[in-house]
Amino acid sequence: MIEHHLDDDMLLQYAAGTLAEGWSVAVATHLALCPECRSKLAVLESVGGYFIDNEIANDANVSRDWESLKAEIDAGKIDKVVPIKKRSDSDRTYPEPLRTYIEAAGGLRWRTLGRGAAQMIIPTGDETATLRLLKIPAGQPVPEHSHRGIELTLVLDGSFSDEVSTFARGDIEMADDSLMHQPKADAGKDCICLAVTEAPLRFKSRLLRLIQPMLGI
Amino acid sequence: MWPTSSGGAREVDKLEEEPVSLDAGRIKALMSAVADSRDIGAFELLYRYFYPRVRSYMVKMTRGNRILAEELAQETMMRVWHKAGLFDPARAQASTWIFTIARNQMIDSVRKSSKPDFDPNDPAFVPDDFEAADVLIERQQSAAALGRAMATLKGGYAEVLRLSFFEGLTHSTIAEKLNLPIGTVKSRIRLACEKLRTALQDEAK
Repeated sequence: MIEHHLDDDMLLQYAAGTLAEGWSVAVATHLALCPECRSKLAVLESVGGYFIDNEIANDANVSRDWESLKAEIDAGKIDKVVPIKKRSDSDRTYPEPLRTYIEAAGGLRWRTLGRGAAQMIIPTGDETATLRLLKIPAGQPVPEHSHRGIELTLVLDGSFSDEVSTFARGDIEMADDSLMHQPKADAGKDCICLAVTEAPLRFKSRLLRLIQPMLGI
Repeated sequence: MWPTSSGGAREVDKLEEEPVSLDAGRIKALMSAVADSRDIGAFELLYRYFYPRVRSYMVKMTRGNRILAEELAQETMMRVWHKAGLFDPARAQASTWIFTIARNQMIDSVRKSSKPDFDPNDPAFVPDDFEAADVLIERQQSAAALGRAMATLKGGYAEVLRLSFFEGLTHSTIAEKLNLPIGTVKSRIRLACEKLRTALQDEAK
């Protein structure tokens, strides 16, 4: 049972289409696991429908534009067909849309962080956020990392606990630089999380930019 | 029967003079005529109702680029025509469904970004439980209920929602625009959302 949900704030930005891609991947992946948040999303999207219904729109050129659309329909112009994605049934740890991003990166490739922990940076088209998978061995503390701004963590497998609570599959934790905590993966199973952070500063030096991913900063 | 553009020219002229107003029930009937029998006359009525509204949304989201806004609104309506069969009136109002198509079009073309979305056919997807079936019924009734709930929101709360949806502003930009701390914007959002959900749940009882 999911206990830690998305903030209304985050859901609203996703519904309105203003949330950047990196955060949206984590939000949509949580939504795949959480009927309760999907129901909240439906209410918010209906607010978008309400604003469409209540928009005072001018009717200029509507007939002209209709004629041109109708001509396209009559000519049998077909909308771009979106290819149906092939699905691998093998690993349910990574729901869509996350799985597609992992596959686009060439599949899972863990990079060790020491003491059994590992991470994988997941590329997106979003320069404002960094998306990464983290694997923390059972019973081990989450590796030290500085929060720069806010950080969203979504648990995909296993669980971790801090002083306040336990976070298991589907749970979301929001943290910012004011949060002082020492989360630890629970015993029994390695914990795999998706973490989104505000993107690091872009270095001017090309060399630094190149090695930045290797340094994991 | 719906007027068609070949046989109902006078009707069309009349429509051009007055803005088209359609209620939720009529929209639903027109949508199913489009989906089930590819009724172009029904689609024209939907178009005359939704196209100016979607275009107006796109004008705002493109910061006043009318040519692009027109193109995106046309593209949105083309998708409505092609995808009408995918519209499920038990899950959402037609205006909500069309809003999501317009929004995705906007993200794609204006923000040049992709829209990560969950996939109900994904084996890892957790389907709605039985309790959520009540929510479906609640949604069917929700157009009028939502209108009433929105009307009860105080100006400042509805404004924050409008700025998010129809000006495409992020919460930090809203905070700057309204000269409010970001915490206040977020708490208004939370309260507005809670109020809407409560009002809809009360109506569903």
